[in-house]
Amino acid sequence: MGAASAENLQRIKVDGVELDINEQGSGPPLLFLHPGHPLGRFAHDEPALGALAKSFRVIAPTHPGFGHADAPKWMTSVDDLAYFYLDLLNELDLNGVVLVGASFGGWIAAEIAVKSTARLSRLVLANPVGIKIGDRETRDFVDIYSIFDKEIAELAYADAAAGTPDIPNLSDETLFHMARSREATARYGWSPFLHNPKLKSRLHRIDIPTLVLYGEADRITRDGYCRAYADCIPGAQFKPMKDAGHFPHKETPDAFAQAVANFVVRKDKELVS
Amino acid sequence: MRVFQFTEQPYPDAWDKHQGSLRVNLPNKLLDPAHAADLFHRYYDEWQLADQLGIDIMVNEHHQTATCMSSACVITLAVLSRITKRARLLILGYPIANRPDPLRAAEELATIDVISRGRLEMGFVKGVPQEVPVANLNPVFQNQRFWEAHDFIIKAMTSHDEPFNWESENFHYRQVNIWPRPYQQPHPPVWSTTGSKLTAEKLGSLGYTMATLGTGYGTRPIYDAYRKGYMAAGRPPPGADRFAYLGFVAVGETEEEARRLGELVLAYPRTSGIVHPPFRNPPGFLSVQDNVRILKGEGRPRSFTKDGRVVNMRKGSVQDLIDAGVLFCGTPDQVFDQIIDFIGHCGGMGNLLMMGHAGGMSHEDTVSNLTLFGREVLPRLKAFRQPEAAAAAE
Repeated sequence: MGAASAENLQRIKVDGVELDINEQGSGPPLLFLHPGHPLGRFAHDEPALGALAKSFRVIAPTHPGFGHADAPKWMTSVDDLAYFYLDLLNELDLNGVVLVGASFGGWIAAEIAVKSTARLSRLVLANPVGIKIGDRETRDFVDIYSIFDKEIAELAYADAAAGTPDIPNLSDETLFHMARSREATARYGWSPFLHNPKLKSRLHRIDIPTLVLYGEADRITRDGYCRAYADCIPGAQFKPMKDAGHFPHKETPDAFAQAVANFVVRKDKELVS
Repeated sequence: MRVFQFTEQPYPDAWDKHQGSLRVNLPNKLLDPAHAADLFHRYYDEWQLADQLGIDIMVNEHHQTATCMSSACVITLAVLSRITKRARLLILGYPIANRPDPLRAAEELATIDVISRGRLEMGFVKGVPQEVPVANLNPVFQNQRFWEAHDFIIKAMTSHDEPFNWESENFHYRQVNIWPRPYQQPHPPVWSTTGSKLTAEKLGSLGYTMATLGTGYGTRPIYDAYRKGYMAAGRPPPGADRFAYLGFVAVGETEEEARRLGELVLAYPRTSGIVHPPFRNPPGFLSVQDNVRILKGEGRPRSFTKDGRVVNMRKGSVQDLIDAGVLFCGTPDQVFDQIIDFIGHCGGMGNLLMMGHAGGMSHEDTVSNLTLFGREVLPRLKAFRQPEAAAAAE
């Protein structure tokens, strides 16, 4: 599967910045924004991408700095990434885009949607981060940089054993992606930790149908966080998902893809046949 | 040659009470403030003794740790600038990339230089990884922030005619015009530390004094990288005064006594790495390549003996660390010979940063160590003629 999906890979330039994208499937365009942290690193053979590609033309970039393409010096915030991806949509001249973001990718997606929904039709956020809900002494997310990777896997996955990386048997290429992903997540989200203090007060601007998916075994985000996130977006639906934690697209890829497809078809039947 | 006495002003009484971490998250209820006061006063007394013995002084800072109570180096320097008479006062270093406000740093350091009547040696460091969680400034941009803060501090110290404006990536100021300005002109001498050849070359190009720590008989390539950068900037080969080395020192009337002190002073390398592992490797602090190596469980040795044997600074014996050139330990004759031999390896090294106190070493032991070194070893080191700079540069 990895070898086959590598054929979907291409490197393009947006605003002079190199960007690796994985494109597969046909149908309405869907931009998938991957999570951060070594566990959330982008994988080209991600089963969720294949599952989504049954209904959509899936475009899945590796965020600058997370893979082989470097982030330019000026790209230091999720705000920068959001404008960059808006430029990508212009560059590819995509309209009616289903924007899907998971965890850190959900933060980027929300930042995009508060800026402009002109090229978007739907927004799907899966266990997103990016806003501040708790009081000043209550963190909304586990401090992933202060605990062991093993502990993170236990908090992130419904099935920690399946989610824990088998380091000795991973390729150097995968280890490279893990190390890059760990660094790049901090590049964009070290402090304020995984959120933009301004974003919550801007979420009311989102004027397209929005679905918040919540892998209910998630203990990376604080209990009630994702529900509160959905409550900040006008009319957003909230859908808990069983047998999944912080990364429902990884743990239950088919259910994830189905939830996205159902949401799109229910709201707009001509989009998906 | 100069010798600087260094201690981290530790609080050793809590060292056996940790749950795997002496730093960052060790609860401060384990510190008795009254006992800490006694320790501080004692440590300052010992630095005053160093001052009287002709030994210079080095201070540093770490945060939220029982290994080092000096948490704001400028406080340590402020006390010393008033109670010492002649010693050079080296801060190595001030972790300027971990500070949100380099203007404040410039003001503090200039003031200390004035109070001490020009005795400040101004070391800027990037700091150890476990400082990152406490400072909470983004480690991915630490290097960039370090050089920006450096540029700003030098500019603030050397601008005298009118206020200037500063709007950079990390720092924004208006009307910069520090009072007092530094005593030494154009500014106090700049030092820094590194273990990397790339950084050594950059420090060489700037001509700053460069120190390494625990690099033992693997020091020479780092010094040579400095020499390369120094000469590439159009200068003649650098003299020994451009190089510094931090070593542990234990001197006794007998070898047996020296080795007893050696065990005590090695409390520093044996405890300094006791920290909750995730704090040791903040994201972006090491390169992606190094992190891949770490994921694969591959370490990178730092200390070597003359014949290339790798020595673990945290676990090595007194003899191992003597062999590695990390610990100078023995009778005054032996210590002098060890240091001279090490200087030969370096091709010249004009500043010994001597950790002559560490851990639970008593006041009496510390006084004995400093006094014997000051009387028996220091005069001979001062008289020692360093290797020719030109020969070392070949």
